Amino acid sequence: MTLTRDGIAYRVALDLPEGSYVNLGIGIPILVTAYLPPDKEIFIHSENGLLGVGPMSLPGTEDPDFLNASKQFVTLVPGASLFDHALSFTMIRGGHITHSVIGAIEVAANGDLANWRVSGEKVPGVGGAMDLAFGVRNLYVAMNHVTNKGEPKILNHCTCPLTAPRCVRRIYTDMALIEVTPEGLLLREVARGLTAEAVQACTEAPLRVADDCREMTVPDEFKGVRLTA
Amino acid sequence: MIDKTVASCKEAVADVFDGATLMFGGFGDPGVPGRLIEALREQGASRLCVIHNGAGGDDFALGGLILDGRVRKLIASFPNSPRAWAFRDRYLKGEIELELIPQGTLVERIRAAGAGLGGFFTPTAFGTELAVGKETRIIDGREYVLEAPLHADFAFIKAHRGDRLGNLSYRGAMRNFNPVMATAGKVVIAEVDQLVPVGALSPEEIHTPGIFVDLLVEVERDPRLFELEPPKRRSAK
Repeated sequence: MTLTRDGIAYRVALDLPEGSYVNLGIGIPILVTAYLPPDKEIFIHSENGLLGVGPMSLPGTEDPDFLNASKQFVTLVPGASLFDHALSFTMIRGGHITHSVIGAIEVAANGDLANWRVSGEKVPGVGGAMDLAFGVRNLYVAMNHVTNKGEPKILNHCTCPLTAPRCVRRIYTDMALIEVTPEGLLLREVARGLTAEAVQACTEAPLRVADDCREMTVPDEFKGVRLTA
Repeated sequence: MIDKTVASCKEAVADVFDGATLMFGGFGDPGVPGRLIEALREQGASRLCVIHNGAGGDDFALGGLILDGRVRKLIASFPNSPRAWAFRDRYLKGEIELELIPQGTLVERIRAAGAGLGGFFTPTAFGTELAVGKETRIIDGREYVLEAPLHADFAFIKAHRGDRLGNLSYRGAMRNFNPVMATAGKVVIAEVDQLVPVGALSPEEIHTPGIFVDLLVEVERDPRLFELEPPKRRSAK
């Protein structure tokens, strides 16, 4: 059994602490919004100048002036604030945003991140990825464990141009939760029914298995959305 | 009496010259000065250098200027959105130059220009492809890249409300690059949804003080900025 994209987002959301200020990237990361624990106050940051992003706007209530950086119509929570890009990146680069959840093309065993340009890609674009990777202390990657072709994305060394070196703290995938440590990658959790060997078989970089490595606690379904597959 | 208002977008953009460098505010649709950019398409200035977060979208505003072959160079952080097909087509044909800058560095370079600074050291991009050839320095044990200020001949910005003094107030996510670009253009032209009497904006709600603004035009927003679904892709000529 593996996690769906929503399942990965659900698992990430469990780890965001009370009082955190979190930037969510495009793709799987932005799905985290739907799974934030209701008993914790967590502020979602969007780099286009929003702090305190709430749920997506309901159909018919979209306001063209309220978009997040993923270009979705959003609401704001009580206590939210609005500001310009310079202040927004002051929050990011200055280390004020406590957590960044970001997608990746490749992650290396030492925490190197490559997520802005596939080798040979015709039109490059970087957006805010580098500022997040250099500026945010708790950088969590949320991605599928392997490529569409089944090739590993967690490698000994990145082959694509780097976003930032040695920046990733944790990797959340459809198969596992892996922590980046000074001694290399540490397998902390596996999806239900998977073995550490099965995860290693889909991972180029060597994994050490944590003494307390366990199965992920992600339900099969949440509010009608499938979290496992 | 100070009166920075002009009657039309056509009048507001009349002085843009061939080869000019322009900044356009906006991130996605919010805060894009769509009417001013469309007026510039009509005006005809060419060989432009444009500073904007993205590359516009579809056959509209910056996307349209690029489609018309009027932009020589784009300075941007995210020019590869699916809607930026006009840029993609011209870039792949080698018809437009691109300077790619991390988003936080882009806005800070604009801020530095507006604030009279000669540049700044940022950790962002150190050791990556985007810092190749740039001066670096280690400060208190951390590695930094030197970045230069980014000026423009004209800045086109969009606000929700403004007065004849050029004071501006934004709504929602419209601010993004606008208040920063308003400090960095030699000529700053603002498009506003509503022109209000002086004093109608309380001092607390003025985000861009009028000192930064040269011209201001009140115009109804281009309806293409309200679309919830992007129009179908069309190819560049």
